[in-house]
Amino acid sequence: MPAVKERIIVPDFRSSPRVDQVGIEERASRFTKRSIKKESKVEGLKLVLSMIDLTTLEGKDTPGKVKQLCYKAKHLLDTYEGLPTVAAVCVYPSMVRVAKKSLGDSDIKIASVATAFPSGQAAMKVKIEDTRFAVGEGADEVDMVISRGKFLAGEYNFVFDEIAAIKEACGEARLKVILETGELSTFDKVRRASDIAMYAGADFIKTSTGKVQPAATIPVTLVMLEAIRDYYYSTGKMIGMKPAGGISKSKLALHYLVMLNEVLGEDWMNNHWFRFGASSLANDVLMQLVKEKTGVYQSGDYFAIDRLIMGKSEIGEF
Amino acid sequence: MKFNFPISKFQNFKIRSLMPAVTKKNKKTSSNSNGVPKLKFNSGWEYAPAPESKSHIKLKDRFDLFINGKFVKPSSGKYFETINPATEEKIAEIAEANAADVDKAVKAARNAYERVWKKMPATERAKYVFRISRMIQERAREFAVIESIDGGKTIRESRDVDIPLAANHFFYYAGWADKLEYAFPGRVPSSLGVAGQIIPWNFPLLMAAWKIAPALATGNTVVLKPAETTPLTALKLAEIIQESGLPEGVVNIITGFGETGADIVNHPDIDKIAFTGSTEVGKIIQKAVAGSNKKITLELGGKAANIIFDDAPLDQAVEGVINGIYFNQGHVCCAGSRLFVQESVYNIVLRKLKDRIETLIVGDPLDKNTDIGAINSKTQLETINKYISIGKKEGAEMYQSSCPIPGKGFFCRPILFTNVAQSNRIAQEEIFGPVLAIQTFRTDEEVIEKANNTPYGLSAGVWTDKGSKIFNLTTKMRAGVVWANTYNKFDPTSPFGGYKESGFGREGGLHGLSGYLKV
Amino acid sequence: MSKTVEKKSKLSISENGLEKPGPNKRVEVLKTYKIYIGGQFPRTESGRYYIATNNKGEQLANICLSSRKDFRDAVVAARNAFKGWSARAAFNRGQILYRIAEMLEGRKAQFVEELIKQDSSRSQAQKEITLSIDRLVYYAGWCDKYQQIFGTVNPVASSHFNFSVPEPTGVVAAIASRENSLVGLVSAIAPIIAGGNTCILLASETKPLCAIGFAEVINSSDVPGGVVNILTGKPSELFSQFASHMDVNAVAYCGNDELIQKEMQQKAAGNVKRVLIYKDVNWLSEKGQSPYYILDLQEIKTTWHPIENIGGGSGGY
Repeated sequence: MPAVKERIIVPDFRSSPRVDQVGIEERASRFTKRSIKKESKVEGLKLVLSMIDLTTLEGKDTPGKVKQLCYKAKHLLDTYEGLPTVAAVCVYPSMVRVAKKSLGDSDIKIASVATAFPSGQAAMKVKIEDTRFAVGEGADEVDMVISRGKFLAGEYNFVFDEIAAIKEACGEARLKVILETGELSTFDKVRRASDIAMYAGADFIKTSTGKVQPAATIPVTLVMLEAIRDYYYSTGKMIGMKPAGGISKSKLALHYLVMLNEVLGEDWMNNHWFRFGASSLANDVLMQLVKEKTGVYQSGDYFAIDRLIMGKSEIGEF
Repeated sequence: MKFNFPISKFQNFKIRSLMPAVTKKNKKTSSNSNGVPKLKFNSGWEYAPAPESKSHIKLKDRFDLFINGKFVKPSSGKYFETINPATEEKIAEIAEANAADVDKAVKAARNAYERVWKKMPATERAKYVFRISRMIQERAREFAVIESIDGGKTIRESRDVDIPLAANHFFYYAGWADKLEYAFPGRVPSSLGVAGQIIPWNFPLLMAAWKIAPALATGNTVVLKPAETTPLTALKLAEIIQESGLPEGVVNIITGFGETGADIVNHPDIDKIAFTGSTEVGKIIQKAVAGSNKKITLELGGKAANIIFDDAPLDQAVEGVINGIYFNQGHVCCAGSRLFVQESVYNIVLRKLKDRIETLIVGDPLDKNTDIGAINSKTQLETINKYISIGKKEGAEMYQSSCPIPGKGFFCRPILFTNVAQSNRIAQEEIFGPVLAIQTFRTDEEVIEKANNTPYGLSAGVWTDKGSKIFNLTTKMRAGVVWANTYNKFDPTSPFGGYKESGFGREGGLHGLSGYLKV
Repeated sequence: MSKTVEKKSKLSISENGLEKPGPNKRVEVLKTYKIYIGGQFPRTESGRYYIATNNKGEQLANICLSSRKDFRDAVVAARNAFKGWSARAAFNRGQILYRIAEMLEGRKAQFVEELIKQDSSRSQAQKEITLSIDRLVYYAGWCDKYQQIFGTVNPVASSHFNFSVPEPTGVVAAIASRENSLVGLVSAIAPIIAGGNTCILLASETKPLCAIGFAEVINSSDVPGGVVNILTGKPSELFSQFASHMDVNAVAYCGNDELIQKEMQQKAAGNVKRVLIYKDVNWLSEKGQSPYYILDLQEIKTTWHPIENIGGGSGGY
């Protein structure tokens, strides 16, 4: 029997729970000291792959680029038996139709950013229309941004109402709410923003757009996971988590899984409730998987890149 | 346990796609049969063993006594075994010192003091102590592994806490050697002579550092007896001391049981006794030195109160409580073994504690993922079990984590007791194990009174977001170390020691010097 | 007293008696003496040089004649390095100073030779180098102790917790003593960085050789770039820059010239710099080291916080 409460009472966000930064960082560092080896490593890596939202969000995106991304999503490494697909591809609304066509009947979801991503500085009706358009084009999931300026000015009702309105415009699509933790600056504020988003109707809370540093970190993700846990105990409702930006190495991704495992437990350990917003991560995970199989360290030359970028920037791709 | 994730349909293999049963609506929430939200830990993803390598450590099969710069056989020819409490296997044979050996050691220390150490310029003395610190750093991993094997402490603790703190302790005190006149304004302090030092089994190398470093820096010589269940890192330290070129006899390390300790305490040519251990033995020692001119410092047991107020950052407070009682298997004199929770947040805190306990891993100390290692000895495990049954008899409710524990060796799952009264034995007596006794309180006055209502006074913890309340509590706690919004933090610069029956004297920091000087 | 010459010399260095050439002798790779800024070894941007000579007038090396632009760059490097260096744990700074001592001990022979070239006898040179090493160890030991001596908890009458702690003042520009090539430099640098400050040092004009060797030692000791910057050149050209730069927090002068002292004090008033004058200090003696040299470059910060009275009785320590 699901235990979601009939009436969820919205708390006063001005007195959301306090978070001690030093304490969070100490707990976070314990997760990074876990040593994940052998079978648990392979299982973990495959799980990581299945949780990736493969993303392209650049001004210079073209239909050709998106088609290539979708192909990569479906064919991560055909020579390795038993690999999962990624969870979703994530694109701008204008590219949703192309993505839908390329993905065909695969199980990979299409996530679209919306609401004047990444800044969120636009009128409400523009943001709602942006959302409706993306959903109409075929998006299964919508990644919205909150109005950070309004939040930092203390207008929590505005932020709440905006999220609720976008959720309504989403219809059947699942809503991810991006807090842009790098702009919120303190953990107390991140906790508050997380609570607002969840009570307003988010299905997922997400750390960052990837356009601002710092993006996702283990401590800030811990703050959000603790918010999800408290919300779950208060209301019986599960909320998903998506750290995005700055996760390009398998080892780091596994630490995130350790954290998820020890804060929320088994029920969240799948791609319905947890996603990685990352792109170059996929190749690093594939290299690690091949290394576990063959016992030999790998080179990037043997793994097809899915995007034509010159130069690095694992951050700015969301 | 395997995961169900969708496998790509586009690979050229015939694999059935295993899709989780996902619907467009929210997935069914997890809950127990009553529909109450419950998180599931300790199922699903299991971490494979990640053992720390043992192959690089160097251990002899048999260790002799370290007297006057050499390893010498015990007069009685007797040896005893030290075992690995996680496997119950023997690691090595250890010499058993008798009164004659103690006498030899004290004579060597006295000789070295009068003829060499007292006369050496402080700057030169300091350099030996700096060397010891650097050498410990060089061999840090080896020491960490041996510490874990000998005492049951997890490799993560030995590697990240014990060994670095020990090395830093030597480094800190080395710096004081030629600066003593600044530490005591208006005085020209002088050394005492020969110090007899007896240390416990819960932080073997760190306790050796806490004793030896200030003694040497202030110009004294040392006869040290490590605990009988954990002699190995002290003996490896003796090897480093040999290599550092420290003059012979300045540090002597003799192994043995309680009788050996008594021989040291009673030896007439010792100027100073430093003891860390149980209050019971501390009292015996205090009586034994009465009437002599021996200076004495004691660092004894504790039953610390850890206090969570309703305005504390609760997840971090819970983490601090867990850290305070469960790490190092609760074998910590300053462990936060009594938890006081303000009633208005009691249910939430209890729920968070129980969730957190479920994710603690009890197991092989050498596994890098283990959180709680082996209990130090069979006797200690028996003591802990005794208190567990006492607690149940007294009417407290026990909650224990459900994690698996190894079949061999001495292990205990983390436990918490609720429904505890102030007068219960489990709330009064030191258990020295992973057992937490939880009580509630309503007002500040109430909790201050209850926290202080104990013959002990070593440490206390306070969790609240309000600064003025922190300082109010810290002034009122009758304890030598008060942690605010943190717990179990140690540093060579920070003085540590107790009030009341937790002992007297301080170790660490500037205040740690006076125990070894005539000021 | 040795002279400094600011012209191109017609004689090459080797013909000045540094080595005796012979038919089968191996040709040495001679050292180029550059300056040390921001963890790098650039030449002076002015391109100028002067020739260091010994007492007999023999030429030793071409030394960079640093300009005020070099000083400006060094201040920028020191300012950038200050935040990180002052935020490091005191214990970490102590370990790094100890490491400098380790590195210097390993290079004793090189410094002895350089000191001999600059008119020390062998035994004087050995004394100077061992004193320098021991002095670094001395200050390494102070890094995490001077706070315990100079900080206080103050028993104010009101219900407040009140404590005073020393904090580093910031960027320090110092002119090292003229008479010693090495120990004067070490005695200036060690207390400055032990206290968490960053610095720009002007080495002895007449005995500059050890300065750059010491910069190399610092560079190999885990000291972050910019924490110590070492320039060679003339005090007469640079002292007024040192004293008037608006982004320098304190200036120190180890010397006896009263005119320089007065002008530095005047120029320093421009941004209320702290001015430390160390005259007639025998750096070779015990008086050359003291925690008070650290305190000279510290500010004292006092903090108040209320103590609640709810638990009964009055608060206050």
